[in-house]
Amino acid sequence: MNGAPASTLITPLATYRNETPYPFCPGCGHSLILDHLNRALTRLQLDPRGVVLVSDIGCSGLSDQYFSTSAFHGLHGRSLTYATGIKLARPDLKVVVIMGDGGTGIGGAHLLNAARRNIGLTVLVFNNLNFGMTGGQHSTTTPAGAHTSTTRAGNLERPLDVCATVAVNGAGYVYRGTSWDKDLAERIAEAIESETFALFDIWELCTAYYVPFNDSSRKELLETMSHLELPTGLLARRQAPELAAAYRAQTPEGRSTVEPQILEPRCAAGLDRPFRFVVAGSAGGKVRTAVRLIAQAGVLSGLWAAQRDDYPITVKTGHSLSELILAPEEIGDTGITRPDALLLLTADGAKKCGRHLAAMDETDRVFAVPELADAKTRARVTVVDPAGAKLGKTQTALAATTAAVARLGLLPREALEEAARLDGRRAEENLAAIAAGYRLAAG
Amino acid sequence: MRELIDGSTAIVRGALAAGCDFFAGYPITPASTILMSLMVELPRVGGVAVQGEDEIASIGMCIGAAMSGSRALTATSGPGLSLYSESIGLAVMGEVPLVIVDVQRLGPATGGATTIGQGDVQFVRWGTSGGFPIIALAPSSVAECYELTIEAFRLAERFRCPVFLLTDKELNLTLNTVEAGKAGPGTPPPRPGPEAPRGPEIRSVVPYRYEPADGVPPLVPYGGDATVRFTGSSHDERAFITKDPATVGALNRHLVAKIEEHRNEIERVALDLQPGARTLFVSYGTTAGAQREAVRRAREAGRAVSSAVVQSLWPVPATALGKAFEGIERIVVAELNLGQYRREIELLAQGRPVIGLHRMDGELLTPDQFLETLS
Ligand SMILES: Cc1ncc(C[n+]2csc(CCOP(=O)(O)OP(=O)(O)O)c2C)c(N)n1
Ligand code: SF4
Ligand SMILES: [Mg+2]
Repeated sequence: MNGAPASTLITPLATYRNETPYPFCPGCGHSLILDHLNRALTRLQLDPRGVVLVSDIGCSGLSDQYFSTSAFHGLHGRSLTYATGIKLARPDLKVVVIMGDGGTGIGGAHLLNAARRNIGLTVLVFNNLNFGMTGGQHSTTTPAGAHTSTTRAGNLERPLDVCATVAVNGAGYVYRGTSWDKDLAERIAEAIESETFALFDIWELCTAYYVPFNDSSRKELLETMSHLELPTGLLARRQAPELAAAYRAQTPEGRSTVEPQILEPRCAAGLDRPFRFVVAGSAGGKVRTAVRLIAQAGVLSGLWAAQRDDYPITVKTGHSLSELILAPEEIGDTGITRPDALLLLTADGAKKCGRHLAAMDETDRVFAVPELADAKTRARVTVVDPAGAKLGKTQTALAATTAAVARLGLLPREALEEAARLDGRRAEENLAAIAAGYRLAAG
Repeated sequence: MRELIDGSTAIVRGALAAGCDFFAGYPITPASTILMSLMVELPRVGGVAVQGEDEIASIGMCIGAAMSGSRALTATSGPGLSLYSESIGLAVMGEVPLVIVDVQRLGPATGGATTIGQGDVQFVRWGTSGGFPIIALAPSSVAECYELTIEAFRLAERFRCPVFLLTDKELNLTLNTVEAGKAGPGTPPPRPGPEAPRGPEIRSVVPYRYEPADGVPPLVPYGGDATVRFTGSSHDERAFITKDPATVGALNRHLVAKIEEHRNEIERVALDLQPGARTLFVSYGTTAGAQREAVRRAREAGRAVSSAVVQSLWPVPATALGKAFEGIERIVVAELNLGQYRREIELLAQGRPVIGLHRMDGELLTPDQFLETLS
């Protein structure tokens, strides 16, 4: 993100065109608009290395090849996305987008969002009311009634008002005109300097298709415009924060999400094989948090732990299952087909445990709140009743899980207490729940 | 000294350690945690993270940023990867260094957002038109998520192409224990400082090079000392559109050769070969966890078995696999699909029977399933 500023030139440039002549059909409006753009750049005397011309697909998409600036020619309708990436990465660059009415239509979502974000791009819509390159098919801006290769009997669809759309969604500079407008170069220069999302809807002729299909000319095009009651000229101009600049001005969030929480083994647990423990409760019941604490306690006891959570996409309702593996060695296989122990906290959770319960046998242990003590399983069932312990909603799962861990003799109590202190804000609450858990186990 | 972390966190740390400074993505389970984390992390290190209006916008922004000198990353899952398709081709054609994380989930269309699958193996390989090569890495543990993310950025820059990091829901979202430091954090490599002020002479860069066919010229970003051109159309070395058969042929041969002729620089297979073993287990990604456990148990029971965990899926690491096949009489390929990578192994197996071990119900393969193939 190193930035050489878009400096002014030492030797003035007379043109930003290279030597290659335009490739367009005789009379094609694209040539006229590009001449306006060239005049705008010449007027601004920007360093060509600080200007990126981003072109879309179509005849208009060929445009970048005739300029001496930097250029990006991407995919149909997506030019705004590349331009946004360039501007966000290098806010000091001047980014000009050239797109046809075809690209405007297929990239409609990008158009709305670029305007809404007010990203500092200057967008020139080469609006010849049809797809030139592919043979004169109708586009989203083809006027109703117009004839194209795909609307032979007349277009039945209403044309998109590009300007009104971007203007109502926050564009900083909006202009509608034609390829013949005398002040277009001046306007484009003004927009490039404005560092806002600027859009020009520039009506022009496709002499290969739209003109013969509609017996159209400059006069008819202007009549169509006024018939549609589309306003022309500068239609919107507003000051609003530009996204790339605003992004850099914003103070980042203070806390990292990926800082390590190093767990230093303090004590030793006597586990000689992997132990698989599933806790089944309900959403909002802090099951994951409780099991996370046990996992941490496992690591603090010199073990390896893995925790896999399962819950519905609608996180505040239904089951919440946490599957914990504690092992004396690194855990490669994180799957559980048959738990060594299962804790049933709620009916929501128990509903998801049919397979586990069926797989378990007499050597396995099920812990269950009194209501779920009749679970169908061959495993030995022990009732755990945290209800009497007068705990807060956030503590119940941890207390019951602790009781099961204590009954199983899985981990030393000090490891659980150490883990409880890892989250300073919740230390008191966690320690109380753990103490309650040990009382439940003893009781 | 250990820590409990998930694969997504390890990938984010890997990206930061590789100097990633641009991310754009669109929320999708199980890849969203990468987006949410980088939205916090990147601005903290002077980078940019954006939530695009859709996946097409997100990868487009990444490509624009990469051409402006950023180290760009995006992350998605099946439905989003489908929307990336055309843009992957753009990154291939324009020779854009870009890392794409595909956190696989099960099934076509929406499939199962939180169910495990490995169904995108051939999709990443052939996911854009034209049939050109890409690179794909597949970590099989949390620590490898970190390591291979860094490697993905290295390869993307070395070969100027999209590099996929193929993971899955299990790897990204399950917390596991790693030795402290094995999954980062790490310090990014030094970046070139601010450029010297531009000279009065305006150069234009020749951005592409087709001779030698396997050569990869360095990327010159926008906004530097020279003007730079980029195009997704068939082009000459100066990025002007052309149909000249000699030039177009050279371009397309170059896009293939730069990867195919450097397979040995990309190959990564974790081999655990046992003398006397007649069976070789082959898997990748999450499935390797059960494979390693099965190998441990088999050997404990006195049975010889060899193991190959493929970390660079594409191009297929033929040399390392060839070595693993020596003395082997049967190969078991395990994956959470119906044999997508088995096809590749069969091509290399030279007549050895290749047995598929498959699962496609959202559950992991188990060590027992591996062991059953030995009896
Ligand atoms: C995804 C995709 N769909 C279709 C095409 C074919 N295509 C090429 S140009 C074009 C329309 C261009 O029309 P417009 O944007 O108005 O540009 P013009 O040629 O009129 O300047 C289409 C549909 C394509 N290149 N990519
Ligand atoms: S087909 Fe139409 S848009 Fe294309 S160059 Fe010819 S006149 Fe212009
Ligand atoms: Mg058009």
